[in-house]
Amino acid sequence: MRQVAIYGKGGIGKSTTTQNLTAGLGEMGKKIMIVGCDPKADSTRLVLGGLAQKTVLDTLREEGDDIDLDTVLKVGYAGIKGVESGGPEPGVGCAGRGIITSIGLLERLGAYEADLDYVFYDVLGDVVCGGFAMPIREGKAQEIYIVCSGEMMALYAANNISKGVSKYANTGGVRLGGLICNSRKVDGEAELVAAVAKELGTQMIHFVPRDNAVQKAEINKKTVIDFSPDVPQADEYRTLARKIDGNDMFVVPKPMSIDRLEQILMEHGILD
Amino acid sequence: MLDLTPKEVAERKALRINPCKTCQPVGAMYCALGVHKCMPHSHGSQGCCSYHRTVLSRHFKEPAIASSSSFTEGASVFGGRSNINTSVKNVFDLYDPDIMAVHTTCLSETIGDDLTSYIMDMDLPEGKYVVHTNTPSYVGSHINGFYNMMMGFMSYLTKKTGTSNGKAAIFPGWVNPGDTRELKRIAELMKVPYIMFPDHSGVMDAPMTGKYEYYPKGGTTIPEIEALGDCDHVFGLGDIISVEPVEFMEKKYKVPGTLLPMPVGVAATDAFIMALREFSKTEIPYALEEERGQLVDLLLDCTQYSYQKKAAIFGDPDIIIGMTALALEMGMIPKYVITGTPKEEFTRKVKAMLEAYGVEDCIVKANADLFELHQWIKNEPVDVLIGSSYGKQIAKAEDIPFVRAGFPVLDRYGGPLMPTVGYRGAIRYVEKIINALMDRIDRDSADEDFDVVM
Repeated sequence: MRQVAIYGKGGIGKSTTTQNLTAGLGEMGKKIMIVGCDPKADSTRLVLGGLAQKTVLDTLREEGDDIDLDTVLKVGYAGIKGVESGGPEPGVGCAGRGIITSIGLLERLGAYEADLDYVFYDVLGDVVCGGFAMPIREGKAQEIYIVCSGEMMALYAANNISKGVSKYANTGGVRLGGLICNSRKVDGEAELVAAVAKELGTQMIHFVPRDNAVQKAEINKKTVIDFSPDVPQADEYRTLARKIDGNDMFVVPKPMSIDRLEQILMEHGILD
Repeated sequence: MLDLTPKEVAERKALRINPCKTCQPVGAMYCALGVHKCMPHSHGSQGCCSYHRTVLSRHFKEPAIASSSSFTEGASVFGGRSNINTSVKNVFDLYDPDIMAVHTTCLSETIGDDLTSYIMDMDLPEGKYVVHTNTPSYVGSHINGFYNMMMGFMSYLTKKTGTSNGKAAIFPGWVNPGDTRELKRIAELMKVPYIMFPDHSGVMDAPMTGKYEYYPKGGTTIPEIEALGDCDHVFGLGDIISVEPVEFMEKKYKVPGTLLPMPVGVAATDAFIMALREFSKTEIPYALEEERGQLVDLLLDCTQYSYQKKAAIFGDPDIIIGMTALALEMGMIPKYVITGTPKEEFTRKVKAMLEAYGVEDCIVKANADLFELHQWIKNEPVDVLIGSSYGKQIAKAEDIPFVRAGFPVLDRYGGPLMPTVGYRGAIRYVEKIINALMDRIDRDSADEDFDVVM
């Protein structure tokens, strides 16, 4: 079982990418579980067809520890299982603790004991506190992919996340598998992201072009492969899935200084 | 006393008044004190540690040592790594334990301190150990903390070499040192070579020698914890507290296990002894048969005073399951049986016992509090209240005979030295309960009924 965590700057498309990518892996016959680690609980919407299952934490709050796995784990497209850890509404409580509680509970309920090829953790924005690092602690996710674009702030976040990964790499054994470029149609985007990836010691595993097909599928609460299997974008996600499935480049990232990052940005077209 | 407790019971979802439990770290700290030369360490602010030590000291009337990571505002923002590193260095330098058993607190849990990696990165002095467990107080109760700490010790220390040591592991659950001694005596009478884990005898009942020692003679040793994986069998006492450690032994070390109720009363003690007999293939010695006979004799003699008397019993799940069993064996009606620990298995077990005895109209509740128990008593009184010191106000308010049992007993002395388990423990508690009931008869009887012979 490969456990993969997807990180990236807020709003960069982690959930969208994760679900479209898992749809591709699902189509290949892989058995997958997605664990949404975002209080917004929108990490499984596309694979479950909009079906809003109860989040782990809502269930915990309402029913106590005597939770049945079936109430929080639903099966969607291509047999992909989805769990949402959920969390507090903005401005209250502690979402990081929510993730710790929820992953602990899933372990106790035996969610990981099923015959799975992949577990994907879709984690909110930056790793802001200990709770959000839970998926990359010892015994959990071994691979990380960072979703980014050619935008400055997205790369800045990617560099920051790499710092977190390198910290946990010594003890947890977690490795960076690559950057996934979710294109924003920025100038020289592919080259820029590839250059940043190289500097971090990793690779840009795939360049996902921007395509309205994603938007259309999302409105219909589906992944692209599910909604419009024949469009070119579906093939992009299939390629991404194949690349991740066959990936063998796992590194301890070498985060760079802000100066160096800005220097790379300048080299690649930002100043044009 | 408690004059404002209303008779009308209202449904409450969140609020608990006079809870019938305390927090996880208390359990973790108590468990760790049952390990020889172990310093329990509280990874959080100092107040947590002080409170937990206080509760234990007040129950056992013994010092309960523990150190703290002494979190400040800075530690809550930046994480407790540097605090734990400094703590470990200082504790080994100053107090020289063989092992530190770290448990977390609400604060370190909420900020998500990753103790696994902190400990992995530590440079420890040669031959010293640091183990840890996660004990957020807002989950479960001290009972969870106790067994979590047990599993913390085991997951760091226990090994399976593949060569059996011919021993049985006995997990006594949360009991007093007097109980541990009784369990050991029974195991020895049954010729069962054993490792008792944890073992509070000789620690929390250490004798006065005139010289204070941080680490008294008792406690399970580190080599013993290491050897648990080579045991032939594990006997977990306490249906609630030992279930996870027994499963852990079965899963991780493939040591077959038997989960037994805490041996309180005739039937539960029988079950424990029969299980030991199965292991050692030994005849039950006359000494034990004699004790059992004495207990049965006592139950018969006093049944005229105990029969159909109603009891309210509250406290930790396993001791309360045991006390309920004993009350049933005395012919009593366990009218209200509650625990504060949120485990529904408790309710199922107690209800099954009541059903087996054909006793009806009782209320059994987990995750309950003493306020509600008091309300029920106001609506339908009982003849005796059995539980921790926190019941004394209810006993006074409602003028009910009160028998102290379980944890914590903060207002009486000597209890932790004596057994509750085994036939001897049952004899002791039958005496306590019957005396409480009969003292009340004496107090309330008119002069012409006040009898010297009863």
